[in-house]
Amino acid sequence: MTKIVAIVLYIVLGPILGGLLAGFDRVLSARMQGRKGPPLLQPFYDVRKLFAKQSIAVNHVQNFLVGGFFIFVVFTGCLFFSGGDLLLVFFALTLAAIFLIMAACSANSPFSSMGAQRELMQMMAYEPMVLLVAIGFYMSTGSFAVSDIAKMDYPSIVNLPGVFIGFLFILTIKLRKSPYDLSTSHHAHQEMVKGLTTEISGNILGFVELSHWYENVFLLGIVGLFFMYSAWWSIILAVAVCILSYCIEVFIDMVFPRVKWEFMLKATWLVTMAAGVLNLVFLSALK
Amino acid sequence: MKSLAKSPWLLHYDGSSCNGCDIEVLACLTPIYDVERFGVINTGNPKHADIFLITGGINTQNAPIVKKLYETMPSPKVVVAVGICASDGGIFKECYNINGGVDTAIPVDIYVPGCAARPEAIIDGVVKAVGLLNEKRNAMKAEAKKK
Repeated sequence: MTKIVAIVLYIVLGPILGGLLAGFDRVLSARMQGRKGPPLLQPFYDVRKLFAKQSIAVNHVQNFLVGGFFIFVVFTGCLFFSGGDLLLVFFALTLAAIFLIMAACSANSPFSSMGAQRELMQMMAYEPMVLLVAIGFYMSTGSFAVSDIAKMDYPSIVNLPGVFIGFLFILTIKLRKSPYDLSTSHHAHQEMVKGLTTEISGNILGFVELSHWYENVFLLGIVGLFFMYSAWWSIILAVAVCILSYCIEVFIDMVFPRVKWEFMLKATWLVTMAAGVLNLVFLSALK
Repeated sequence: MKSLAKSPWLLHYDGSSCNGCDIEVLACLTPIYDVERFGVINTGNPKHADIFLITGGINTQNAPIVKKLYETMPSPKVVVAVGICASDGGIFKECYNINGGVDTAIPVDIYVPGCAARPEAIIDGVVKAVGLLNEKRNAMKAEAKKK
């Protein structure tokens, strides 16, 4: 029963939270640049407008693939928040990402395919760390199930500080923040137009935005999972850490210019090795 | 239909401008004017844009590009000609390569005069364009109902 409640809550509250988060992001970014910035609800206005626009379909395959992306992102979040298997959660997330890449590839535009190639590079950079997170949780708690991990006697961060740092590092890529916003170029939008989403317009783009909101809520859920344990107030701690880490990501976004993909790959793999793998080596030695 | 009014995304194209108006367009995004507080985003993608902002006159080389960009934008869309050169050719009007203002290539909805057009005038033009966007959206809906 609680599982169904969790799934319904995620489906209903996911986009609301995600949209507010995106709005908070834009206001905070503007304040950091000394501007007033848009209203907090601006992302909702944007998506409402996108659904009111004429939709120009490049081809019907693209619409189908974006639909697949949306469904699998929602599926990922539902699995996670209903306490499902962490490995399955990450595999579903990867499948969702592949759907988006295929959608970008299906159009003929060179900008779109360049965005797709860069998205693949990004996946190559962050996937090892994502798998290490799942392995880390298993080594720390003896279970892959989110429901078990959240009910331990002490929070997993005690065992997994390195894995947490590594996950925060790749979160910059997953949230599509500078310096790693290579595939959709959120800020430097002149260089390759809009990358992945160049050929996606109107209501289809609206669905991509909605999926990103769901995805961001899910990603922060993983950040929170590091701090969840049997005590009821750990949820307050988890939410506080989520907000703090999102603010840090916005700050990083504002401070750093974009880098080339070679640097991204080297940096993320280095951090994955230094923080993630070393953490797990120590953990297995101690146990 | 208020939804379009709150999130106008711009596509900025430089025809054969002297760059004076372009600098003023970009000045609108700086902390002093900060058009993002009205939800305006300067997007580089015609497929995501609602308002087509053009500076500078039209010549034989950029006329097909301007037409292509206009056709790529999804409806409803509004064209704003920024500066006197975009409005009717300006001081370049007599040049052998200049066709004239933007209206020689595509239908223009709003003319923003000035050399260079001041940021206040550009923001005023964009606000008028937003009003027109809503009108066009309503017309689109009415036509869809007829069908």
